[in-house]
Amino acid sequence: MVSVVYEAPDSIQGAIDLLANATITTKVLAGGTDLIIQMQGVNEERLVVDVKKIPGMMDATLSDKGLDLGPSMPCAEFTARDDIKAVYPGLVEAAYLIGSTQVQGRCSVGGNLCNSSPAADTIPALIANGAQCVIKGPGGERTVAVEDFVTGVAQNCMDKGELLTLIKIPRPAANTSDAYLRFIPRTEMDIAVAGAGVSVTLDDDGTCTAARVAIGAVAITALLVPEAAQALIGTKLDEDALQAAADAASAASKPITDRRGTVEFRTHVVGVLVKRAAKIAAERAGG
Amino acid sequence: MSEAQEFKHIGQRTIRPDGHDKVTGRANYAADLALPDMIWGKILRSPHAHANIKGIDTSKAEAHPDVFAVATHADIPNSDAGGVLNILAKDKALYHGHAIASVAARTEAAAEEALALIEVDYEVLQPVMSIEEAMADGAPLLHESLMTKGLAEEPTSPSNVASRMEMNKGDIEAGFAEADVIVEREFRTATVHQGYIEPHACTVRYDEDGQSMIWCSTQGHFGVRQSTADILSMEQSKLKVIASEIGGGFGGKLGVYLEPVALILSKKSGRPVKMQMDRDEVFKGSGPGAATRNKVKIGAKKDGSITAMEAHLYYESGAFPGSSPLGPGCMTVFTPYDVENQYVEGFDVVVNKARCAAYRAPGAPQSEYAAEMVINELADELGIDPIDFRLQNAAKEGTQTMYGPKLKAVGLVECLEAAKNSDQYKTALKENQGRGLAAGFWFNVGGDSSVVINMNQDGTGTIVEGSPDIGGSRASMQMMAAEELQMPVDSLIPVIGDTQSLPHSNPTGGSRTTFATGMAVIEAAADVVSQFKERAAATWNVTPDQVEWKDGVAINTSGDGELTAAQICAAASRTGGQISGRGNINAQGAGPSFAVHLADIEVDPDTGQTTVIRYTAIQDAGKAIHPSYVEGQFQGGSAQGIGWALNEEYVYNKDGLLENPGYLDYRVPLASDLPMIDTVIVEVPNAFHPYGVRGVGESGIIPPLAACGTAVSKAIGIWMTELPMSPPRILKAIQDKS
Repeated sequence: MVSVVYEAPDSIQGAIDLLANATITTKVLAGGTDLIIQMQGVNEERLVVDVKKIPGMMDATLSDKGLDLGPSMPCAEFTARDDIKAVYPGLVEAAYLIGSTQVQGRCSVGGNLCNSSPAADTIPALIANGAQCVIKGPGGERTVAVEDFVTGVAQNCMDKGELLTLIKIPRPAANTSDAYLRFIPRTEMDIAVAGAGVSVTLDDDGTCTAARVAIGAVAITALLVPEAAQALIGTKLDEDALQAAADAASAASKPITDRRGTVEFRTHVVGVLVKRAAKIAAERAGG
Repeated sequence: MSEAQEFKHIGQRTIRPDGHDKVTGRANYAADLALPDMIWGKILRSPHAHANIKGIDTSKAEAHPDVFAVATHADIPNSDAGGVLNILAKDKALYHGHAIASVAARTEAAAEEALALIEVDYEVLQPVMSIEEAMADGAPLLHESLMTKGLAEEPTSPSNVASRMEMNKGDIEAGFAEADVIVEREFRTATVHQGYIEPHACTVRYDEDGQSMIWCSTQGHFGVRQSTADILSMEQSKLKVIASEIGGGFGGKLGVYLEPVALILSKKSGRPVKMQMDRDEVFKGSGPGAATRNKVKIGAKKDGSITAMEAHLYYESGAFPGSSPLGPGCMTVFTPYDVENQYVEGFDVVVNKARCAAYRAPGAPQSEYAAEMVINELADELGIDPIDFRLQNAAKEGTQTMYGPKLKAVGLVECLEAAKNSDQYKTALKENQGRGLAAGFWFNVGGDSSVVINMNQDGTGTIVEGSPDIGGSRASMQMMAAEELQMPVDSLIPVIGDTQSLPHSNPTGGSRTTFATGMAVIEAAADVVSQFKERAAATWNVTPDQVEWKDGVAINTSGDGELTAAQICAAASRTGGQISGRGNINAQGAGPSFAVHLADIEVDPDTGQTTVIRYTAIQDAGKAIHPSYVEGQFQGGSAQGIGWALNEEYVYNKDGLLENPGYLDYRVPLASDLPMIDTVIVEVPNAFHPYGVRGVGESGIIPPLAACGTAVSKAIGIWMTELPMSPPRILKAIQDKS
């Protein structure tokens, strides 16, 4: 019989100690919507460290400086926060796309990030918002930009003993907003074939003064595409600028052909999504 | 039957007798039975699409402390029985997921551990994954001795073509010579799954002395008994099969997969054995619907009269010959059209995919898709409205079919007229939207149905039928019995009897149950009524013909006296014993059901994404016994056909391995993917059924393929010829055009 050792520490240090000292394969449990499926059929003893009892892991605090998001907060709670949605509508939309209504009660933005799928919906939205990951471990604390957090398919920069303790999302400048769009062949309950998160800042004329463009499901990790942002900055987000951003995103993508889509399809559609997300973000920013 | 027939119960929307149990979760499905001392069976499946099995070493699995039995093909008692090579492979693994060996162990987890201990020596072979590959010169052979049947000359060497068939009427060459316009196209459809929600499962107990038992989810438990008894070399009397509630079948639960293996494991272990497939196994190891490549050529005169119709149909059979629904595909392809000159040629081709099974109107969606697409293109070429074009050429009473009979009264014209009058057909389309219309024909079948109505001493009754209820048929049986007996619907409880309770009944399939089993119910109810009359007559000392049965009461027409069913039943032991009515029939005269569907689809030209914005399903039910379940059949068929048209397909990699064995990537439409599917029930009575019933279960899956195919084609201005019309395929078509 295969056994699972379950621990639910009530402090970050307690979790770090468990993770750092583990002698068997160890997994962090937030909502478990990915983890429990991944553990089905696993034939080895495992340590599961449930982090939901750690103070702060399930909270979200919005202030003038931005959002401090507990990584394990269930998406159902996160997406119900109108104050957060008013500031980061695209990020909240991305979180809302994960799974079904039932899954929303357990899944979390931090879990989506740490699962580190190339197709994760919240990752491009976090990158577009310039989010940072606060990681604590035996060696202390460090902060890593989301675009640098994921390093490969189901791989991230965290070392043994480290735990994602907070996602910090800066408060957007005035006249800034975001949007996230993904392509799936149906209307819900699916995995992104391509995704795009865009944040834009407009001045009073409606000229784009700052932008961040991130794309998902078109490379082994979500990508920040500065060339696409550059195509938008300094423009009024006219058709030519949007097309240039789309082309830059398509050029930056490095997709594969699999059961969900072809290289050609993903390359093209990610550009379409960037264009459409930029338009939505601009409308929200007051352009 | 008379058109003026008035009904008390037929046509009402009663509450289904199985409804409460299903919505509360009390209903018992295949995986819900556990027995004392039960152990768990699991199947080891081939990781290769095509491989020689050079050896299977089960010794380590047998040594596992929790393992009670291991079985391979060598343990099959009757290795000549039909389909045994699909139950457990012998010398060759013929598809990814092909059952190779099985174990039964104390727990499911232990069984899985033991599977990992079985060592199979495979010699991997090149897989054959398409009709082209299978028919190519020098193609690897799946079966070294497979000689094509039906060729003009006997073949001298084996091939992957299992059979060829041909049908014709009139003079096809002369027909095309008369045509002013000819359209010819080739179409492809992918391997699809029925998508029933309940996985295959069974619990069995082998009994050396008396009664072995199988509890399983099936469309036909008499068929399960027949196949399993044959495979185990048992007499049918020694095997009882109980049909559980069934969570969908659509043709995919007509055959056996787990049941014989479980019974062999039970026989070897002396324990009851439970087996259940997980979803991955359902996709890999059950029977999908055939992929096809179909060429259709149709010619017409400028005035809109069709002069010739020709088809060449290639159906993948999966790994074993003769498993494709090629026959019905050929027989249905042009039946909606009253055209003198028709020709069809068909091929059944083996490939390294799971053995095909029936899927709702088996074979017809694929062939009629090709025909209906060409009809629509031809209507365009001629500048004729697609409904008018069909009306001009529609099959009707007296039309000579290519496959044999002349049609009796059918409702195609009425369905087309209803389509023309529908709200949808009158609604204007916007940019990037297209509309498609298609017709569909399915024969429907009758056959053996056995029913007993047992009256209780309080005057209520039990209807024991042998047809598993997939689509609400128990409600219909109850209503028909109540109509004949003139008793309240809820005083008659319908149940599905096991294989010992009734004589053989054909499975629920071919849209036969409400028609054929319904006729058996009517006959059984009439038998009860005649016994009621006899008992009442004996009580009054009159003859039975002096007794009238009215509103559930026997009336003495030659004197005073009334007896209710309850009074007759209460007195039954004194008037000749308890009362039951019997209806064992071979139902003839199943009336075909024509359907006409309308699809409005919007295409996002930048992504190829489709949105079905409006959909109307119109179909001839003959007489709708329970209109809600008739509408449900129309809508269910539509939803499956839309999925087939737009997104569903088995995706195989270059090694022939199935890449999407689950609902995440095998994309059946979600509720949110579909609009409300409007329905119109047309009722052109079937003269051979007392109430005019036609089967309605299958025709509804046929038109969606071409209705959606045409709608998408119109929206993007390109005739699409390959299903599914997934976004990448549509986008590529748009990009290739511009």
